[in-house]
Amino acid sequence: MHEILIISGKGGTGKTSITAAFAHIAGNHVICDLDVDAPDLHLLLKPEHSRVHEFISGNEAAINPDTCENCLDCVDRCRFDAIDENGRAPKVNPLKCEGCRVCVTFCPAGAIDYPEKNCGQWYLSESRFGPMVHAQLRPGEENSGKLVTLLRQKAKEKATELGLDRVLADGPPGIGCPVISALGGNDLAVIVTEPTPSGSHDLERVIGLCRHFRTPAGVIINKFDLNLDQTRRIELWCSENDLPVFARLPHDEAFTRAMVIGQVITEYQSDGLTKTIQQAWKNIINHLE
Amino acid sequence: MILSIASGKGGTGKTTVSAALTSIWPRKRLAMDLDVEAPNLHLFLGPEISGRRKSMIEVPRIDLEKCTYCGQCAELCQFKAISVMGEVILTFPEMCHGCGGCFDICPAGAVLADERELGEIAWGKGDGFDFMMGRLRIGEAMSPPLMRDVKALGDEMIASDPADVIIDSPPGVSCPAVNAVMDSDVIFLVTEPTPFGVYDLKLAHQSFKPIGKPMGVVVNRAGLGDESLYDYCREQNLPILSEIPYRRDIAEAYSSGRLISDLSEDLRKQFIDLARQAIKMAGETAAPEVPHHA
Repeated sequence: MHEILIISGKGGTGKTSITAAFAHIAGNHVICDLDVDAPDLHLLLKPEHSRVHEFISGNEAAINPDTCENCLDCVDRCRFDAIDENGRAPKVNPLKCEGCRVCVTFCPAGAIDYPEKNCGQWYLSESRFGPMVHAQLRPGEENSGKLVTLLRQKAKEKATELGLDRVLADGPPGIGCPVISALGGNDLAVIVTEPTPSGSHDLERVIGLCRHFRTPAGVIINKFDLNLDQTRRIELWCSENDLPVFARLPHDEAFTRAMVIGQVITEYQSDGLTKTIQQAWKNIINHLE
Repeated sequence: MILSIASGKGGTGKTTVSAALTSIWPRKRLAMDLDVEAPNLHLFLGPEISGRRKSMIEVPRIDLEKCTYCGQCAELCQFKAISVMGEVILTFPEMCHGCGGCFDICPAGAVLADERELGEIAWGKGDGFDFMMGRLRIGEAMSPPLMRDVKALGDEMIASDPADVIIDSPPGVSCPAVNAVMDSDVIFLVTEPTPFGVYDLKLAHQSFKPIGKPMGVVVNRAGLGDESLYDYCREQNLPILSEIPYRRDIAEAYSSGRLISDLSEDLRKQFIDLARQAIKMAGETAAPEVPHHA
């Protein structure tokens, strides 16, 4: 079984539209949306019959004002600046609390509770293009890395159970915690970039991350015709760094027109872009084999 | 005042808006790039970097001479950064959040302070503005502590030399995004009128509501997509402050690193108006004069 991850560093380069198109034309896979804090793949794949699971992860401090002696030891100890003085008893700011349990452990009055946190939900669903594992982190929550790890594990279990060849995953932007959890151990990371200063800058960072975690990578240049010089520079950089370029896709409003009616680009069009995307997928599969 | 430029979905134009606003802002300002995983603001503003320093987080190192293997540190640690098995103690510094609990709890004084590099902070000046950015080390998972460090340095800077702060935030709606916008006076949500843009805008709006600060929407690529963004903003009383048209020349200008406020007089006026609205939302008044076009 192969795990393929689509990422980009910079957001908005077209990861989700391209993942959705691959999900449509490929088959024989479990689809996974690892962008757990702003997931969009379900808007195109329309998963149904979801089995819903709560994602309980970590804890959060909560000061009981009735037993608190207002010694402010917790305020002094908290390195996340998450506890504010507040008249008779200090108050925890849940947006800043990292759940480290330091205040709970040291409170001389034993006045700090430590309830578990519900950080969101995850789903095992049937999508238009095959089984799908996805989630929604609660807005403002943390532990996205743990949720990503959980989704990958569930997607692999589902693929094994059904005897499918691949897990195809849409990844989060950036290079931090959720991306690191999404990346390690993939058979291939497909980086979607664009010929803009931000696109190339973040491509180099995300390739650095792939090297760090020894994950093979290749590149798709989206919106290549926005700036041909920059596109050539990216291609040159890729060839100098032994990175395959699987496709160049044009800047085309058709992606958005398809999205507005809830379709993926390869359903919306039968020629042009669709042929290029089919070729890109062939290139990816050949590269894997 | 502090203005954060945020969005749920990535690539909607946060950096474009931050750079243009920095360029025409009518008062003294510090442009701060808190998208430390993918920092791009400097590519458009071209500041001259005058200083850099590493950003470190305190992590534990064990003095094996003193350690009694009591296991209290490992029991306290919520992040699996210390493990004790019999007479073996291991630390995993990359897992550490820097809470400091292990230092405080060790009865033998065996936990020593070590450091892990989170990334780098760089600062400097551009044409009429101060600049500061964080850049996460490749392989480092935790961006919030680096962002806190950048903000603390920024606070020092504006304490000695007061200025408005314009923050280019990371995408998403989880801890890094909330960390970036948390101490702002005004939050701008940059979105595009597409199904993805609207879905993620709703998440961002919900995430940032508890912060309790005025929010407004900047619509980028207006004319693309459909009407659902406008319906949502109307329902939620979320003001639409500005609409940047969907035009190929704007996308091309961005692709060559140009500021879109330099593209036409109309766009420039639009950003001057947007800056005025931000200042007004913060309950302040703008200085009357506006810098001349470079």
